[in-house]
Amino acid sequence: MSEPQPLSAGHVLEYTYKRSVGPVLGRFFTSLRDGKIEGVKTRAGRVLVPPMEHDPETGEATSDDWVEVGPGGTVTTWAWVAEPRDQHPLDRPFAFALVRLDGADTAMLHAVDAGSESAMRTGMRVRARFADAPTGGIKDLACFTPEDAE
Amino acid sequence: MRDVAIVSYAQTPYVASETKRNEVEMLMPVLSEAVDKSGIPRREIGFTCSGSTDYLAGQSFSFVAAVDAIGAWPPICESHVEMDGAWAFYEAWIKIQCGEADSALVFSFGRASMGDLPSVLTLQLDPYVLQPLHPDAISLAALQARALLDAGLGSEREWAEVAARCRRDAKDNPDALVKGDVDVEALLAEPNVVSPLREHTLPPVTDGAAAMVIAAGDVARKVCEKPVWVRGLDHRVDPHSPGLRDLTLAPSAKLAGEKAGAASKPLDLAELHTPFAPQEGILRRALALGDDVRINPSGGPLAANPMMVAGLARLGEAARQLWTGKGERALAHATQGPCLQQNLVCILEVA
Repeated sequence: MSEPQPLSAGHVLEYTYKRSVGPVLGRFFTSLRDGKIEGVKTRAGRVLVPPMEHDPETGEATSDDWVEVGPGGTVTTWAWVAEPRDQHPLDRPFAFALVRLDGADTAMLHAVDAGSESAMRTGMRVRARFADAPTGGIKDLACFTPEDAE
Repeated sequence: MRDVAIVSYAQTPYVASETKRNEVEMLMPVLSEAVDKSGIPRREIGFTCSGSTDYLAGQSFSFVAAVDAIGAWPPICESHVEMDGAWAFYEAWIKIQCGEADSALVFSFGRASMGDLPSVLTLQLDPYVLQPLHPDAISLAALQARALLDAGLGSEREWAEVAARCRRDAKDNPDALVKGDVDVEALLAEPNVVSPLREHTLPPVTDGAAAMVIAAGDVARKVCEKPVWVRGLDHRVDPHSPGLRDLTLAPSAKLAGEKAGAASKPLDLAELHTPFAPQEGILRRALALGDDVRINPSGGPLAANPMMVAGLARLGEAARQLWTGKGERALAHATQGPCLQQNLVCILEVA
């Protein structure tokens, strides 16, 4: 009789399901894949970028009124990351920044590939750089770059 | 409204890394101490509520293991919030207000040292437009700090002075982690971690646990010589995305302070949950705290910031100050989320 073999089963730690991002973020990401940034208007006419299903001020559903914004924008605040972490969007020193895209009333968080801290200032103009190979997410907007560097 | 008071409080000495004891072993002594000091027999405590997050242990439902520390037989009425212990305190206060209990044990625990905390905290962010970019907690706080500098509402010197004062005050707190006399100029000479934040403006990664017993009017008066009464309690939340609000303000803290009645009488001290030094100025303005109000006499979160415990510890440290005669009316504040997104304010009084 052979030795009893211990039972074993593989275990992979992951979420083995797909999530739908819903009609609002779904449209935003679909446009982003095509190199276009879109915001949605609240009932009061404020343009939210990234778009949301509900107005954060009132809790009301946002409208079906979409507007294209950017690709230029203005830095409203920033933080210089001299030593990026592994999961950060850039592998060289960069700035996290809040960027208010032209035509938007809110700012979005993203990375600015500015090269050095001295190239950063609040109020500076930046422009979206899109990913070469879109994957359908926020990283299809690869980062922002200073406008005057182009 | 029922009168509710803090009747006892206990906490571990806060450490940078607890490597010898697991969460249950950290909790057992503080739970025993809080219950013993309360004078209420453990079996008579009507409700138990804890606050912690499974993301620190990296194991879903790991908080359930903490039930081992409270002795859940015979069965008890128990609850948990995936929030700082200050919100467990809030739930317990509601339970007593509803008349479903006359006393409650509140506790929280966290071993932040087990992972890379600034990265772990990204998991609390919007999973679609924020989390994939991995804006760690230090970077988000730096965005807020820069906004303050730009608006002329703070300076690096002010933040260094806050850090130096906290470490100095922490010398009197046996449980604090980072303490001592430091030179402001030396702090200002530190390199940036994420500009404009230097090391001294950041909270120390801290492990620890705390427990508190609260009780309704008659019970509190019977068991406690000097109950610390909850005279106002409120919590509010601002929109999640940091791009949706003015980061130099904390509207939810302001509103919570107003609803809790912070300004109805002078305050002697305030224990503010300010993980990052620049946030003290934001909260001072939001809560209209004058120069005569002592801020964080315990040393505050810059001296010890046990994740998920630091908010409950603000309530406990404020109560300790009142028990030891350092004042008669105190404000305790707790926060959660990025850049002071959610805020709780509690007004405490003796006599």
